[in-house]
Amino acid sequence: MTSATSRPSSRAGQEPAAREAKPGTRPKPAPPAGAPVRLTGAQSLVRSLEAVGVEVVFGIPGGTILPAYDPLLDSTKVRHVLVRHEQGAGHAATGYAQATGKVGVCMATSGPGATNLVTPLADANMDSVPVVAITGQQTRALIGTDAFQEADICGITMPITKHNFLVTDPADIPAAIAEAFHLASTGRPGPVLVDIPKDVLQEQTAYVWPPEMQLPGYRPTLRPHGKQVREAARLMMSARRPVLYVGGGVVKAKAAEQLKTLAELTGIPVVTTLMARGAFPDSHAQHLGMPGMHGSVAAVAAMQRSDLLVALGARFDDRVTGQLSSFAPDAQVVHADIDPAEISKNRKADVPIVGDCAEIINELIAAVKAEIDRDGERKYDAWWTQIESWRDTYPAGYDWPTDGSLAPQYVIERIGSLVGPDALYAAGVGQHQMWAAQFIGYEKPGTWINSGGLGTMGFAVPAAMGAKFAYPDKQVWAIDGDGCFQMTNQELATCAIEGAPIKVAVINNGNLGMVRQWQNLFYAERYSSTDLGTHAHRIPDFVLLAESMGCVGLRCDAKDEVDDVIKKAMDINDRPVVIDFIVGKDAQVWPMVAAGTGNDEIMAARGIRPLFEDDEV
Amino acid sequence: MSTHTLSVLTENKPGVLARVAGLFSRRGFNIESLAVGPTENPEVSRMTIVVAVEDLPLEQVTKQLNKLVNVIKIVELDPQTSVQRELLLVKVRADATVRSQVLETVQLFRAKVVDVSPEALTVEATGTADKINALLRMLEPYGVRELVQSGMVAVGRGAKSITATSTR
Repeated sequence: MTSATSRPSSRAGQEPAAREAKPGTRPKPAPPAGAPVRLTGAQSLVRSLEAVGVEVVFGIPGGTILPAYDPLLDSTKVRHVLVRHEQGAGHAATGYAQATGKVGVCMATSGPGATNLVTPLADANMDSVPVVAITGQQTRALIGTDAFQEADICGITMPITKHNFLVTDPADIPAAIAEAFHLASTGRPGPVLVDIPKDVLQEQTAYVWPPEMQLPGYRPTLRPHGKQVREAARLMMSARRPVLYVGGGVVKAKAAEQLKTLAELTGIPVVTTLMARGAFPDSHAQHLGMPGMHGSVAAVAAMQRSDLLVALGARFDDRVTGQLSSFAPDAQVVHADIDPAEISKNRKADVPIVGDCAEIINELIAAVKAEIDRDGERKYDAWWTQIESWRDTYPAGYDWPTDGSLAPQYVIERIGSLVGPDALYAAGVGQHQMWAAQFIGYEKPGTWINSGGLGTMGFAVPAAMGAKFAYPDKQVWAIDGDGCFQMTNQELATCAIEGAPIKVAVINNGNLGMVRQWQNLFYAERYSSTDLGTHAHRIPDFVLLAESMGCVGLRCDAKDEVDDVIKKAMDINDRPVVIDFIVGKDAQVWPMVAAGTGNDEIMAARGIRPLFEDDEV
Repeated sequence: MSTHTLSVLTENKPGVLARVAGLFSRRGFNIESLAVGPTENPEVSRMTIVVAVEDLPLEQVTKQLNKLVNVIKIVELDPQTSVQRELLLVKVRADATVRSQVLETVQLFRAKVVDVSPEALTVEATGTADKINALLRMLEPYGVRELVQSGMVAVGRGAKSITATSTR
């Protein structure tokens, strides 16, 4: 049995008494912590959100959640941001959470409000992002009668949340909120939904904080098994071609510093997955880049030829492994993850380690030091020679379009260079996302915010908005595509009105670019339903669209204007900026491992297949 | 493929069965049988789940089940060291010409007749899946009119018990 006592809770129950005090009247003494206070379920909800430390809630009111919005108006601790679509609320909560590591919160009414949260919850579930969604529900007596705006959101979100609750007694609200935040933020993080019927919000109840949490079946393992860690260290020191395969778990565990120590101590090359971009500095000599379908040749080749993969908070996703049977065929696997179900799910682990990545890496450092003290340092010189030859032969790069149009990779590369590694970058899904992962240099964890597992188009604008509310003083750039942008750009209105001056770089190639790339490569250049008309007809005109939403709209279609327009956007901080970068439609993402093939089939560029016939180290 | 019997202790809360059933279907695990009921502790339910999987997928089944917040404990019961029982109610056609033969079979299997009518008998039997299947094979020639069968329930042999509290 666990208790929420350790949470930042002492403020609850004190502030309202102080606020109500008028001159001449003696302020009421604050009730002692833990003493019950009479209020409505809705007030209990808002007090609970304050008690767990919520700063911002993204949401839209409606019939059944209305009671909660009344006390929310009075809260001085919780800011509500009125979004334009519940999907925007969910992605904003995710962006906030990815940027800060704290729990992001979104709120919606029953029925369509709740079902509009389904996509962001599925997204947060796939990427293990701590999000709490609070939804209104029809009154208890109407549940199950197909009442107006009734949807069984607990049933609907069961497979796409870490857990969910239907609160049927207002006295349970504090415990449900405490448990939801505890579940969302501990162990393997994930989304938790709390569904509260309208009459539960309206009823009088007793508010007690801290509540007692009852989660007898929830005991995440944090401390790794010492013997397994020592075995992993022994393998790391005896391997000839080891690779540190770093996943998003290292970012979640805030273990980037420890990872750097471990990498430098051992001298082992590092690859960072799409979810782990920023966990290890891109500028570091030991960093080989991103593995997987659009990873760097050096990262993919190193994993394929490795004799030891040390997976840290990674899950052997199909986009990383390619065809599983031919993935890293000679490698032994050390698999460290907080979720035991990930270990040996896709690739059998020789040394499984369950625990929090920060603790695991700390213990690995100690175990490796002990190995070094006993046997001396290891050098992987021959391995590095081979890796360097891949790096030299197949560096990251791109060709300029032959039709004279702007190269999208150049635009993204220039944004990364001019805006720098202190800014936050959010991306949608598709070609622009891959280029943003490849051509922006990430130096710090939490600066790369994207939709990895679910691949949710339209993620960038609302996620950037959420990140901007977390860090109002940092530059937040959404790298978006013209397809993605048209899915969620309504949140620009939210950004303009609520004061979130994000920058949006629309990499406008007039097409659903990634789909077009596949049609080009695998469907005989038959471009079925991928032309969006944003080039041919300029519908919509993104500059006018931006202006109509209270943003500054800029356009750029020439190489020599790119730097100027980026700098101009950087200088505007009183409202959001949208830059319509008109780029060539035929640019493609390379390198590429075609879906369903093995990673040995990686193509560095069209028609260029690196041959892995070098002598093995 | 081999069958495995899992004894799963869960919190006695609404929706737990849906969570377990949903997990099996979306991860593509096959349930052979599932029985749910209360335990000695009113806050805890026990599910006995029989699955047909290889050893490695079985590890995934138990790990994924363990991730459900309402699942408290999972133990695999070995048929050698546990008592496993199913309940069968079967309505067999048995007019005067064959009734005595049917009754003989019922007695052989130490089953019980729980309802009689001029044309049929209703038989209750408990036992392992093998015994139940053997009884059914014997009764089928007479004409099975209706059949209902429970999922398997199982408990480990000996004094040791699986309880929710022992995990804390």
